[in-house]
Amino acid sequence: MTLVGIGGIVLFLVVVTLVVKPVGLYLYNVFDGGRTWLDPVLAPVERAIYKVGGVNPAKEMRWTEYLFALLAFNLVGFVLLYPVLRLQGVLPLNPQHLPAVGAHVAWNTAVSFVTNTNWQAYGGESTLSYLSQMWLTVQQFLSPITGLAMVLALIRGLTRKNATTLGNFWVDLTRAFLWIALPVAAVAALVLIALGTPQNLAPYTIVHTLQGAKQILPQGPVASMTSIMQFGDNGGGYFNTNAGYPFETPNAASLMFQLTLGFLVPVGLTYYFGKKAGDTRQGWTIFAAMMVMFMFGVFVTYWAEAAGNPIVSHLLQHAVPNMTGKETRFGVAGSSLFETGTTAVSWGSTAAANDSFTPIGSLILLFNMMSGEVIIGAWGVGLIGMLAFAILAVFLAGLMVGRTPEYLGKKIQAYEVKMATLAMIVPTFVILGFAAWAVSSRGGVSGIFNPGPQGLSEVLYAFSSGVGNNGSAMGGLNAASPFYTWTVGFAMLIGRFPMYIPALAIAGSMVKKQRVPPSIGTFPTNGWLFGLLLIGTVVIVGALVFFPALALGPLAEQFAMQAGHLFGGVPK
Amino acid sequence: MSAQMSRKKASAFDRQLIWRALGDSFHKLSPAWMVKNPVMFVVEVGSALSTVVAIRLYAQGQIPVADFTMQIAVWLWLTVLFANFAEALAEGRGHAQAAALRGTKVSATAKRQKGSIWEEVAATELRRGDVVMCSAGDLIPSDGTVIKGAAAIDESAITGESAPVIREAGGDKSAVTGGTRILSDEVWIEVTANPGETFLDRMIGLIEGAVRQKTPNEIALAILLAGLTLIFVVVVMTTEAFAQYSGLHLQLVILVALLVCLAPTTIGGLLSAIGISGMDRLLRHNVLAMSGRAIEAAGDVNVIMLDKTGTLTYGNRMATEFMPLPGVEIRDLAQCALIASLADDTPEGRSIVALAKEQFGLEDPQSGSEPPVYHPFTAQTRMSGVDLGAHQVRKGAPDAVAAYVGGVPAELEKALTEIVEGIAHQGGTPLAVADGGRVIGVVHLKDIVKVGIRDRIAAIRKSGIRTVMITGDNPITARTIADEVGIDECLAQATPEKKLEYIEQQKAEGYLVAMVGDGTNDAPALAAADVAVAMNSGTSAAREAANMVDLDSNPIKLIDIVEIGKQILITRGALTTFSIANDVAKYFAILPAMFVPIFPGLEALNVMHLTSPESAVLSAVIFNALIIPMLIPLALRGVRYRPQSAATTLRNNLFVYGLGGLFLPFIGIKLLDMMITALGLVALR
Repeated sequence: MTLVGIGGIVLFLVVVTLVVKPVGLYLYNVFDGGRTWLDPVLAPVERAIYKVGGVNPAKEMRWTEYLFALLAFNLVGFVLLYPVLRLQGVLPLNPQHLPAVGAHVAWNTAVSFVTNTNWQAYGGESTLSYLSQMWLTVQQFLSPITGLAMVLALIRGLTRKNATTLGNFWVDLTRAFLWIALPVAAVAALVLIALGTPQNLAPYTIVHTLQGAKQILPQGPVASMTSIMQFGDNGGGYFNTNAGYPFETPNAASLMFQLTLGFLVPVGLTYYFGKKAGDTRQGWTIFAAMMVMFMFGVFVTYWAEAAGNPIVSHLLQHAVPNMTGKETRFGVAGSSLFETGTTAVSWGSTAAANDSFTPIGSLILLFNMMSGEVIIGAWGVGLIGMLAFAILAVFLAGLMVGRTPEYLGKKIQAYEVKMATLAMIVPTFVILGFAAWAVSSRGGVSGIFNPGPQGLSEVLYAFSSGVGNNGSAMGGLNAASPFYTWTVGFAMLIGRFPMYIPALAIAGSMVKKQRVPPSIGTFPTNGWLFGLLLIGTVVIVGALVFFPALALGPLAEQFAMQAGHLFGGVPK
Repeated sequence: MSAQMSRKKASAFDRQLIWRALGDSFHKLSPAWMVKNPVMFVVEVGSALSTVVAIRLYAQGQIPVADFTMQIAVWLWLTVLFANFAEALAEGRGHAQAAALRGTKVSATAKRQKGSIWEEVAATELRRGDVVMCSAGDLIPSDGTVIKGAAAIDESAITGESAPVIREAGGDKSAVTGGTRILSDEVWIEVTANPGETFLDRMIGLIEGAVRQKTPNEIALAILLAGLTLIFVVVVMTTEAFAQYSGLHLQLVILVALLVCLAPTTIGGLLSAIGISGMDRLLRHNVLAMSGRAIEAAGDVNVIMLDKTGTLTYGNRMATEFMPLPGVEIRDLAQCALIASLADDTPEGRSIVALAKEQFGLEDPQSGSEPPVYHPFTAQTRMSGVDLGAHQVRKGAPDAVAAYVGGVPAELEKALTEIVEGIAHQGGTPLAVADGGRVIGVVHLKDIVKVGIRDRIAAIRKSGIRTVMITGDNPITARTIADEVGIDECLAQATPEKKLEYIEQQKAEGYLVAMVGDGTNDAPALAAADVAVAMNSGTSAAREAANMVDLDSNPIKLIDIVEIGKQILITRGALTTFSIANDVAKYFAILPAMFVPIFPGLEALNVMHLTSPESAVLSAVIFNALIIPMLIPLALRGVRYRPQSAATTLRNNLFVYGLGGLFLPFIGIKLLDMMITALGLVALR
């Protein structure tokens, strides 16, 4: 660990903390009738969209209507995307004449981009035409705003009282798109171009290297896709190597810019939540709990990667950090920060090879996803998950103050507990269930390239990434095999819809409740004590269930590595 | 021995109860019963599986492994039995009380009115609306309302209070309860309950737990616990798959042990005992809750409405000060007031005598040659007094006394008015005293706040509960008393309508309201309140509308009820937190034990340095089992409740049960491991 590395990480944490309030206030202005300086341009567009779409923006929806609209919207997204992938060979904008995407991979990819996962069972530049890439970019706009709409509904459910409706899905979607996704992505794309990322529709460039070899340099609308893929926490990169590729992230400045971009909305939402709750400390408490866990993860990863592999150090006769699979442009600190960040934010962009991380480093990446992507998390869904944990924490410990537990003055009763428990069960069942299936079935085991604990980590990683809608891959797994395209595909679907439907159900039930005015008899959900309680709940209830699996995966490997033992060779 | 006596003597560790509970814990092993509690059902299935495995191993002659497996199986069975024992013990107390109550339900007969004649029928044949006649010595056959006559009734069977009470037709004291006995006189009673629905029946049902419904919080918690258990079932099953992938074959019993240790067995085993004992604790306060929901609502209450008279104050005005007019010795005033009150038997009169004697050491005046002539208080004169020879003293309402003496001289009138208004302003009652033909001063009578009430109100306010005083007094008087007691708000000049309106307004703002009532006109407000406590002495309408009945008819008990409600919730939360926090240590005991054979490096996770994998698993299982009986007293008694802010309560309880739950098992498992090693319970490798 170097001073520069630590300094850079701390600087990033400070920047993230500083943007919380302005972003939160901007969200508040966008969604709660405030004014923004974009209004003169966008308000007419918004009205036109409603007119064309036949939407009455004043009509509010119950939670079931809201859910139905949301599901229908996503279904249409899937139905339109799948044929584009299958038919790209005959569709325009395909200068490389790439053939149609196979059925399994197309299904997996369509699900992946509808669910904001961006798990890539394909290599972008070698599989997809420009049209397909741009169509994916469309989904990269639509899936994060869907997540944002979900959390808006949940927040309204928690903060309105004696109401029945949660807002209008189409309005939330339109405003999120026009006021947030579109302008920021446009500006960010320009910044990325300025930092060296290409943006064109030209065919791939063929260059001859100094050694005389022929090299193909892929081209295309990279900056426009990269900006929204990072801002929208999508993570599905233009290139197979994602943010590690020089055209996507030419330098460390571009890397830090992209990293900040991905944190903007998720952290800003915590402030927005506090503002809506009428007590910004509620939001800051959630933010603090997220950040403490995130910081812990970053520094542990950085420490593990900086410490490196003792076996390698022994061979080289001096201590070296673990630079395997890391870009020299970003170094150990930058790579550790970026990978921890994109796993925590349910984002999945990668600037390093996660498979080459030390076992402890990959343990943190796994933990970030296994905890339910609540350590910041992607647009909306991170906060939804954290609020579900807050409800559980309030219920578990809240009884200890001698009152029926309340969150934001609303009683947490059997229905809410049932739904929050359901949301908690989903990731556990999917990750453990699918992973157990994978390691005990021929289809699963044959896709594992690294036997031993590393292979188990890779399998756990794939399903954690899928169900967490993260999308990053550890690697070392034949993700394009039918077994993994289908299982991970289902993991992504379950992790998106069955996981968050309970959240909307909670919103629908909570919105009807009376709000009990706070007094000194009220369980305080703002302040350090609740923050600690929340962290304890996430760790003990959310993540500890993975302890046995993690013990056989990264932990076993780490201790073996320290004892000078390596795994490899053919599977037993 | 009355029910009440037995209730009071029933201590938690009564030997007979323990024996009975021990027997019951085996009866409850029936799967049909266990399945109601998913957490413990999983443990039972695990116990059965382990037993089968152990027997098979013995049959195969693998003695050391079989011994180990059998030990685990035994401790798993004990885990189930301990949980059953906790529940049986909590129920046992109720059973004993119910048996005592049922003793009073002898097959009484009754004289029922049929047209113009009275026929003899069995009490069980009585229906709502029948009219029966009971006379001295009769057992009242069913619940009812006195419609004619008045009688002294011994209600000790229900309340444990041996002093007889008077019940009479009309008014707020007309309700009678089946199973109580008439001591004197004869009354006509209109029956208000069908057989099986009487107060006594309901009471027995509630105590026995036959109709005990789970409270809303209990249901929510049970869902969460079942969900957690389900998750751990999946965790354990998939662990087997991961272990196989890693080339490790795990014994079934180890997997079962892991599952049982991770499942929230501590709270799962004690959950119903906490609920039952909460009801029991209320009962020992002589409060009968009609539903568990009501007890829980008591913990949630934000607003408590208390009647002033009888609850906060003694209900009688007492003399606190003699205030002479200018030119009059205070001692003379006291002397005259004393004389005027000699024959006054009202509490006010007696308090004047007591104050005069206490402040000035006065004694009863010697009776002179002439016998005193007493003038008792009447509504017309609005004063009372004595003629002691020429000494004519009067005391009464200032205007009445002034009129009696033919007006007050102008120079004194101002002083008199000042004193009188001053007293009224402080919420007191002025009583003018006249000697001969002139007014000499005023006695200040005021409401006396009950001893200790101030502290109780202060305590309840610390928990964030708002107190509201209900009184018929005018707002100024009401505010004075309220300030003295430390009450937040007062509802002055309260009528039943105003009470109802107030409650509804509070509820609309999201508050939960608790109140006490006894009269028929309280019934609407009682029905609207979230926690409504009716006095046992009240009318049956009030008792019907309420969700709790206080058998002692002591309204201040509302505060106890609220505290008990909170205590139940706190106990439940504390044990849940404790139970879940325990998992961390158990992981660290069992996981290295499971995986070290294949990955020796994982020995690093054996932070407790447990002797061997077998002893580690066994100590975790034993700890998991023993923690249940160790916590039974806490579950039955309840976590201590202190009136303080929620933030402080949370901090303290999180510290004790959260952090304690995290660290205690590390110590406990280590100690058990040392004992197991010392005793050589498992074959060492």
